[in-house]
Amino acid sequence: MEILFYIFSTLTLLCGALVVFNPFSRNPVTSAMFLVLTIICMSGLFVLLKAFFLAAVQILVYAGAVIVLFLFVIMLLNIKEEERQRFRKFGTFLGAAAVAGLAWILVTTVMNSRAGERSVANNAGETKPLGELLFTNYVLPFEIVSLLLLVAMVGCILLSKTPETEEETE
Amino acid sequence: MTDWFTSLTPNEQFAIFSLLKIMIAVFTVVLPMVAYSVVAERRISALIQDRIGPNRVGPFGLLQPAADGLKFILKEDFTPAYARKVYFWLAPAVAMVPALLTLAVIPFGSQLGSQKAVIADLNVGILFTFGIVSLSVYGIVLAGYASNSKYPFLGGIRSSAQMISYEIAMGLSVVPVFMLVGDLNLSAVIDYQKSGAWLILKQPIAFVIFLVAAFAETNRLPFDMPEAESELVGGYHTEYSSMKFALFFLGEYAAMIAVSAMMVVLFLGGWTLPFAGLNETATSLGMGLLQVGIFIGKLLLFMGLFIWVRWMLPRFRYDQLMDIGWKRFVPLAIANIVVTAIYLYLTHGK
Repeated sequence: MEILFYIFSTLTLLCGALVVFNPFSRNPVTSAMFLVLTIICMSGLFVLLKAFFLAAVQILVYAGAVIVLFLFVIMLLNIKEEERQRFRKFGTFLGAAAVAGLAWILVTTVMNSRAGERSVANNAGETKPLGELLFTNYVLPFEIVSLLLLVAMVGCILLSKTPETEEETE
Repeated sequence: MTDWFTSLTPNEQFAIFSLLKIMIAVFTVVLPMVAYSVVAERRISALIQDRIGPNRVGPFGLLQPAADGLKFILKEDFTPAYARKVYFWLAPAVAMVPALLTLAVIPFGSQLGSQKAVIADLNVGILFTFGIVSLSVYGIVLAGYASNSKYPFLGGIRSSAQMISYEIAMGLSVVPVFMLVGDLNLSAVIDYQKSGAWLILKQPIAFVIFLVAAFAETNRLPFDMPEAESELVGGYHTEYSSMKFALFFLGEYAAMIAVSAMMVVLFLGGWTLPFAGLNETATSLGMGLLQVGIFIGKLLLFMGLFIWVRWMLPRFRYDQLMDIGWKRFVPLAIANIVVTAIYLYLTHGK
């Protein structure tokens, strides 16, 4: 089992790096496809943690829907321009800053916690315990997030809708 | 032989049995079934259109798949100069694999000897199938993108929009089924149907939505926008030839088998029949094989339906397709969930 963890985590990191920093191609479609691979490897990690529900949802939602939409948008836009673009200084700086911030949080959390402390229940990734947690302990954050998504959705429709013309011909 | 086998750990035995099940299921059942559903499609379409269809190769044209296969292998494998090579090679494989992977969690029988007749008895079976099915869109999208020309591109764009839309209707339509069953495991769904009525009787709306979404997900008529011949030449596989084209073609039939198998399990009681003790777990090998036969029989029923519908109905227009998906099926599926929830609350609620 341990060897699988190392394989999946190495692949996750490798594919994740290739999404943003691919020396062979600046093609956005390639980046998106590596993002799919990253997510599949991550769901492998979830399986190793016995969180089968999360693993399946990870693939279903991210690999199956979100990144398909990414591809959809990339294909509709003109990607030739993007391909010619080299690494931008500003973007690289911002990215590095974000990574450093996240790394700081991660390192301090790991340093401050002792082994075995605050470990999650063994079956927290299963369907039923997860559902129960979402509808009891975390019902408020859950509802707030769903409201946030609803707002984003309504906003999207409003922005993409062409201004109302006369009658719609049917 | 048996000494060697019993000396293995349970884990190793499990691995060997799983491999055996995969080999038998894929190479002796699914792939021949794919090949022969192509023949069936051609013969049935001929019957419907008052033609004869392929009847020259072997008795009743039954060796036609061998001739077709040989033809596909011998044909020139042409790659357009302007295509994006890596994706052009990757796309046909990506189109074929998800359909075969889906079959891993389908319980195709009760018990064969001491082994459960399912390759992987996952406790999130249905989510696994939906996850894998949702990956099958990449084959088509990548094919459209890699071909780097107009018609395949339009086909790819259309399919990504269509498959995402209908995945939502499909996913929502099965939620009531699992609310009744109380488990995401597909074997549990069959156990539930063993004792009572099949779920097609309890959830007819869910079944209809799932069936229509299945047609859209497999790009079959009346929803075959991604490859609408009269407007897009061949759609996403216009630029493909030889074995690469064959993979798309066979992938479509493999996907049909996969969704048919899902429908049999979810709505038609899987390997059970409600008489002659056939809805009990098999105790003998013969009984187990008979139940596998029942499962395959029900599956062939759906395959026949797929083929029959293709030659009976005209193609939808693209805006109609999107309208019916988003404005009819999604609300209907959600209403079905709410009604089921209210029913369950009234009957079992506290």
